[in-house]
Amino acid sequence: MSEPLPGRIGSFPARAGPAPYASGEPSSLADILERVLDKGIVIAGDIRINLLDIELLTIRLRILVASVDKAKEMGIDWWEHDPSLSSRHAGSALERENRRLRAELDELRHDRITGRDTSRAVFDEDAGRTGADRHEHGEER
Amino acid sequence: MTHPEEHAERAEQDDRVAQDDRVAHDRSAGHVVYVYAVVEAAAPLRDRLAALRGVAEARVELLSETGGDGDGSGRPGRLALVVSSVPRADFDEAALTRNFEDLAWLERVARAHHDVVGAVAARGTVLPLRMATVYEDGDRAGRALSERHETFARRLAALRAHAEYGVKLSLPPAGAVSRTAPAAPTDSAVPGGEGRPAGPGRAYLHRRRAQRQAREAVHAQAGPAAAALSEAAARHASEHVRHAPQRSPLSGPSQNVLNASYLVPDARADAFRAAVARVAERFPDLRVEVTGPWAPYSFAMPPSGPDPAAGDGPDEAGPAPAREAS
Repeated sequence: MSEPLPGRIGSFPARAGPAPYASGEPSSLADILERVLDKGIVIAGDIRINLLDIELLTIRLRILVASVDKAKEMGIDWWEHDPSLSSRHAGSALERENRRLRAELDELRHDRITGRDTSRAVFDEDAGRTGADRHEHGEER
Repeated sequence: MTHPEEHAERAEQDDRVAQDDRVAHDRSAGHVVYVYAVVEAAAPLRDRLAALRGVAEARVELLSETGGDGDGSGRPGRLALVVSSVPRADFDEAALTRNFEDLAWLERVARAHHDVVGAVAARGTVLPLRMATVYEDGDRAGRALSERHETFARRLAALRAHAEYGVKLSLPPAGAVSRTAPAAPTDSAVPGGEGRPAGPGRAYLHRRRAQRQAREAVHAQAGPAAAALSEAAARHASEHVRHAPQRSPLSGPSQNVLNASYLVPDARADAFRAAVARVAERFPDLRVEVTGPWAPYSFAMPPSGPDPAAGDGPDEAGPAPAREAS
């Protein structure tokens, strides 16, 4: 597929010209992710993903991707090889980290139940929910 | 020398294989329906969509709403979903959970989603959906659309002939400040500093102090600049919303302090840009960036909290953004 995608950023509606003082670069990944992941209509599809996982992920993304495009231009692509940032290259380090965070959560909740250092237990009970909202209305036919 | 029976049997087998193949590609078995956006069914989109490839390189199609009063095909304000049939194996729950953690996959799908939404927005009013809204089949997607017809139709009407623009204000990197900042004190401000060649230690201290003061002067401009930008931009916008500032070690030492979106009528887009540019000129030490036009991602949900008709659970309400009509 060498044919360029119609509707790329450059061919976005000519309802207004390009910003005269903007950098002139295509939309940054950070700007796009900010919109397609965080904005837009939310309607519950049939297939849902665990929001807790995504929440942890987007926090990482906020830290990570603000100018991935620029970094790539400069030849900086270390995150693609950093096992903690890409599940593609090293199994799923993020999954491991999520597990670790959940283990910490469980420990905190356990501490709260057993009365150990309850003062710092700021987590909502719901925040510890891991699989409860995972479901798929799978109607295989 | 094959027996006719044998030949027939083989042909039958081939038929079965072909059929299995078709079943594997059938929407209900191997595929699910990925939804990009809600549009008005009357919009002249089909040609445009035929040329597009969406998520997973899939064809992009229009799916008209089902149910309602009769077939409703002639009804004005009839809505449609922009969809693709995508492999279930990549978009079922387990795969999505895994894929969302893969930045390369996420970027690919996010850009494909964004490109389709942008191409549709170029032809008409669009309500973009959040990335990765997936239905088992077209019927279920169509029903989800019909159930929310009124909410979507109202929102589409409010967004007609509007586009979203982003406005970002950032502080420059620390090293860049002293070159351009005004009012950096000179030696003449230091008693006894005039006309005497300063020693290296003394010059160093002066330089450090000048840099610090310049930096503080730039920081002090951020508040007034943000206020002036917000005010100027909102004057030309129908609605606006503030997003969380973007912070990143990759973006270097420059610090994003204002990150907002404006819903601007097409007729006022030039005035909007000009107003923002005028404010930017008053603050040459700060970086002002305008992005867009975007499809109205940040304004797809009605401004005053979740619409009672829009959802049946907290999943559907989404986070309520701090947003006002301007």
